[in-house]
Amino acid sequence: MFNTNDIMETIRMIRDENLDIRTITMGISLIDCCHSDVDVMCRKVYDKITRYAENLVKTGEDIEKEMGIPIIHKRISVTPAAMVLASCDDKDAVKLAETLEKAANECGVNFLGGFSALVQKGFSPGDREVINAIPEALARTEHICSSVNIGSTKTGLNMDAVKLMGEIVKKSAEVTAGDGCIGPAKLVVFCNAPEDNPFMAGAFHGAGEPDSVINVGVSGPGVVRAAIAKSEGLDLTGIADLIKRTAFKITRMGQLVGSEASRRLGVPFGIVDLSLAPTPAVGDSVAHIIEEIGIKQCGAPGTTAALAMLNDAVKKGGVMASSNVGGLSGAFIPVSEDAGMIDAASSGCLKIEKLEAMTAVCSVGLDMIVIPGDTTPSTISGIIADEAAIGMVNSKTTAVRVIPAIGKSVGDILKFGGLLGEGPVMAVNSVSCEKFISRGGRIPAPMQSLKN
Amino acid sequence: MRAIITVVGKDTVGILSAVSKKCEERNVNITDVTQSILQDMFVMIMMTDITKMNGKFADFSDELTKLGKEKNLSISLMREDIFNAMHTV
Repeated sequence: MFNTNDIMETIRMIRDENLDIRTITMGISLIDCCHSDVDVMCRKVYDKITRYAENLVKTGEDIEKEMGIPIIHKRISVTPAAMVLASCDDKDAVKLAETLEKAANECGVNFLGGFSALVQKGFSPGDREVINAIPEALARTEHICSSVNIGSTKTGLNMDAVKLMGEIVKKSAEVTAGDGCIGPAKLVVFCNAPEDNPFMAGAFHGAGEPDSVINVGVSGPGVVRAAIAKSEGLDLTGIADLIKRTAFKITRMGQLVGSEASRRLGVPFGIVDLSLAPTPAVGDSVAHIIEEIGIKQCGAPGTTAALAMLNDAVKKGGVMASSNVGGLSGAFIPVSEDAGMIDAASSGCLKIEKLEAMTAVCSVGLDMIVIPGDTTPSTISGIIADEAAIGMVNSKTTAVRVIPAIGKSVGDILKFGGLLGEGPVMAVNSVSCEKFISRGGRIPAPMQSLKN
Repeated sequence: MRAIITVVGKDTVGILSAVSKKCEERNVNITDVTQSILQDMFVMIMMTDITKMNGKFADFSDELTKLGKEKNLSISLMREDIFNAMHTV
């Protein structure tokens, strides 16, 4: 016997409330592709990725059909490029990026993450080559995503890397200015980067991961908003409970799809990332959940508290639904990818300083924020340092993905299209922090790091 | 293995017959049917056994979607697992 209401609830979530599995991401280790000859290394990288991920997209589509749940993205994450490149005599990072692009195209995935370097404590061979090649690599490829980890709670912040990344973000926007400044939209600067995150642009396959793994990212802001909208008169304890129950259901779906994909592909199942990931589509917004809870517009006083509750309830609900939870897990607040955030930023209700406060309680950081094209590299480094400090001290992941809109100023709109959406150029405090940034060195690890 | 067919839309003559016919053609056994009106919509849910189904799941699913379009209904075929996963602990 079956319960009609349960079945209809599932159908409604999928059909009307944008419930989906956001991504199945296959992590592939490239450590065994190391070779002193860069051409041999690139050939090995291409062969391994295309061999392992040959059936990824087809398997994803099959599961989508049988389960009746949309699986939006099938993606690949690989070992940070800098680790593989370190083995080459000629460290041609752009050549590696182009190889990754070719492999991504062959597999039919829509993003491949891992053009990355982990430099939280310092630069090792390959790191500088990869970082300096990021602007050109992102301009010459379409599907490659890049990330750089510049700090952690355990190590403190590498301020030389922070300075460098301010320059790289700016340069990346300049070289893609004719293409809507798309470069920095594919570049994340992390503190405490997770090694098993399935979401782009920050996905990479960490050094401690198995040879290959399947990670799943679930979504569903629309489902949470709809559940709250239907429940009149609940106090906040009741709302938190409702979010937990909804997150449980969403995550169970992710767990089922992940184990099925893992079984069919013969690859171990890694984690479910329980994230509320918005899209620009109507009804798929995290800002609208906050507004449904009772904040008139996202960014008003009360926003941080509402987001903190949402983020926590999502984790509490999801954690029992999955055997292994990981990645970023929580609520994302990417401005250009969230219809409610776009409106709030356009109306002036949501400012970058408020977003910074929100990142202390959400799962990631300053994400997909369009800033004026004349913002200096040192100011971008200052934004990265502030955000990384929040992550370092609070033992959480934070990230910065800001897009300097070359030739545009506050109030203009920068359009990326598709899932990346569009964003109004937001005002940035331009008072100089250049002296601070140019000091370089390291901000030592905080007391929180001394847990042993 | 079991799968659930859901039909949602405006009530018209012959829905049950049309869907049952498709099941018969595919050798899919209907084990339970329920019909109700939920929020002004006609809803029919069929529990089916697809163990001896002819052909591929995906093709049967496409056929039902096509039938739905012809009759201005939303018809979906989903494996039972998804509902069990979501609604049972």
